[in-house]
Amino acid sequence: MADTVAGLPVQHAEKSFYQQSTNKYSGILSWLLTTDHKRIGIMYLAAIGFFFFVGAVIGLLMRLELIAPGRQIMDAQTYNSFFTLHGVIMIFLFIIPGLPAIFGNFFLPIQIGARDVAFPRLNLLSWYIYMIGAALVLVSLFLPGGPIDTGWTFYIPYSVRSTTNVSMAIFAAFVLGFSSILTGINFVTTTHRLRAPGMSFFKMPLFVWATYATAWIQIIATPVIGITILLVIIERLFGVGIFDPALGGDPILFQHMFWIYSHPAVYIMILPAMGVVSEIIPTFARRTIFGYKAIAMSSLAIAFVGYLVWAHHMFTSGMSDTARWIFSLLTFIVALPSGVKIFNWVATMYKGSIDPQPPFLWVMNFIFLFSIGGLTGLVLGSLATNIHLHDTYFVVAHFHYVMFGGTGTIFFAAMHYWFPKMFGKMYNIKLARIAVLLFFVGFNLLYFPKFIMGYMGMPRRYYDYLPQFEALQEISTVGSWIVVGTLFFILGYLIHALLKGKKATSNPWGGVTLEWHIASPPSMENFAEIPTVTREPYDFSQLKEMKNE
Amino acid sequence: MSGKNKHHIDYGTYILVWLALLAFTTITVTVAGISLGRYTLFTALLIAAVKSALVINIFMHIRFDEPIFKAFLGISGMTLLIIFLLTFLDFIYR
Repeated sequence: MADTVAGLPVQHAEKSFYQQSTNKYSGILSWLLTTDHKRIGIMYLAAIGFFFFVGAVIGLLMRLELIAPGRQIMDAQTYNSFFTLHGVIMIFLFIIPGLPAIFGNFFLPIQIGARDVAFPRLNLLSWYIYMIGAALVLVSLFLPGGPIDTGWTFYIPYSVRSTTNVSMAIFAAFVLGFSSILTGINFVTTTHRLRAPGMSFFKMPLFVWATYATAWIQIIATPVIGITILLVIIERLFGVGIFDPALGGDPILFQHMFWIYSHPAVYIMILPAMGVVSEIIPTFARRTIFGYKAIAMSSLAIAFVGYLVWAHHMFTSGMSDTARWIFSLLTFIVALPSGVKIFNWVATMYKGSIDPQPPFLWVMNFIFLFSIGGLTGLVLGSLATNIHLHDTYFVVAHFHYVMFGGTGTIFFAAMHYWFPKMFGKMYNIKLARIAVLLFFVGFNLLYFPKFIMGYMGMPRRYYDYLPQFEALQEISTVGSWIVVGTLFFILGYLIHALLKGKKATSNPWGGVTLEWHIASPPSMENFAEIPTVTREPYDFSQLKEMKNE
Repeated sequence: MSGKNKHHIDYGTYILVWLALLAFTTITVTVAGISLGRYTLFTALLIAAVKSALVINIFMHIRFDEPIFKAFLGISGMTLLIIFLLTFLDFIYR
C-alpha cells in the first residue's frame, strides 16, 4: 500500500527488506549472497561493530596496564602489540569503513531516491574483501613471530627489521584498501547516475555530499598506501633498499608515502561524520540548514585541501625547513572549511525549535569534543609547539578527541538517529540520554589528562612512566572504565530495543529527507515508484503535509 | 563509453602502443644505469608520465570518452601532480 505525501510516495504495509530477499535463498544464505544495499549495510554494521568492541577492550587492557608504574597485567612486548592492534583495528577495521560502509550503504541510495547502489554485486564483493582483510589481521596474530608490534603507522626502519608478523598484518591493510576503493567507486557512480528525477546536485542531502567527497578520497588516496605497503613487503622479503637507510633507502620517503594516504584518510573518517551532523541538526532544530552550499562546498574543499597537509605529521622527521613551513601554512588553511561547517551548524540552531533527542545530544557532544580536537590540532600544526609536543600524549589526546570524540561520537549519533529506520524499532530514549552523559564524562576523564601529561612530556607508546604521571594516569584509566561501560550499556539497550522495543513509526524525529518518506524498515527496493524531487532537502514546510503516525 | 566508439581503435594501434611501452621500459632501465645527476629522477618521471598517458588514452579509451570522465581523470592527475610538487619541496631542499 502506498500513499503520497508532499509529492512523494509513502509506504506502510509493504514487506520490509528483512522479509524479502534479492536471491532465491532464505536464512543466512539470503544474507551472505544478498545484493541489497541495506542488508550489506547491516552486515557491515555487525562486522565493524564487533571489531570496534575488540579494539575497545584492547584499549581498556592497555589503560589497565598503565594504572600504575611498572608491570601490572602484561609485559612490554605484549603492550607493544596491544597498542599496534588497537590502532590497526580501530583505524582500518572500524573508523575508516565505519560511517560510509554502514550508513553510506544504507542511506545514500535512499536519500537520492534510488533503489540500490550502481553496482550491487561489487558492493557485496567489497564486504567480502573487508572480511578477508579482517581475517588476515586475525591470522597474523597466531602465526609464528607473534602479533605485529610496530604501531599502526608501520614506520621504517623498525617495520622492516621487526621479527613479528608485519608482512601479514600490513598485507591485511592492503586488502582492506581494495574494499575501500570499490566502495568509493560505487558511491561516486551511484551519486552521478542514480539520482531521482529533480534531484540536482544542490538538492542532495548533505550526508550524500559528504559521502560523495569521501568516496573521491577513497579512490584517489587509497592506492598510495597500497603501493607503500607492497614496497615494505618487498623490502622485508627480498632486502631491496627502498626505505631502510641500512639498505640505501630513504625512511622519510616512507613517511611521505604513508601520510599521503593516511592524512586524507583522516578526512575519510571525519567527512561522513560531518555529513551526519548536517542531517541531524536541521531535523532537531526544525530549521533548514544555514549555508547549504557553503557546507556542501566545504566538504569538497576539505577533501581537496586534506591532500596537501600530510607532512605536518613529519615536522621532526628531518625533512627540509622549506617543506616544514609550507606544510604548516597549509595545515592552517584546512581549518577554514572545517570552521565553515561548525559556524553554519551553530547558525542553523540559532532561533531553531530545538528538540533535544538523543541523536541531537550526541551531536552536541561532537561539537564540543571535536572543537577541542580541532583547536589542539592547530597547536600541533605550529612548527615551534609541535617540536615540544611531537610523539607525546598530547598527540594521542588530540587524535582521540578528533577521531573518537568526532567520528566515534557521530557513529553513535547516526546509530541513534537512523536506528528506528534501519530496524523498525525504537530504543529507550531515557537510557539513551543517560548514555550521552556517561560517555561525555568518561571520555573527558579518559583523554583530557593526556593533554596535560603530553604537555608535561609523557611520550606516547611507553610501557612505563615516571611517578609524577601516576595520578593523571589513574584518572585516565578510570575514564576508560566509564567509556567501555557506556559502550556495553548502549549495546545492551539497543539489543533490547531490537528484541523487545516498540515499533518505530516511519518518521519518529520529523525529518524531511527521503528516508523519512518511506516505511521503517524500508522495503527491498526502497520506493514503490521512484520519486520526483521538487523541494529543497531541508524544507520543513512539508512536515505539515507529511503524515506522522 | 558510448557504443559507437567501442571499436574505434584497431588492433594495429594496440600493438604499436604495446611496443612503445616496452621501448619506454627499456629506456627507463637503461637510463637508471646512467648517471644523469639531478636529471635522473626527472627523466624517470617524464618517461612514466608518457607511458601513463598512452595507457590512459589508448588502452583505457579515455580519449574517446565523455568529458566528465576526462574531468575526473584531470582532477586525479592534478592531485597527483600537487603531491609530487609538495614532496619535492622536501626532497630538493633537504
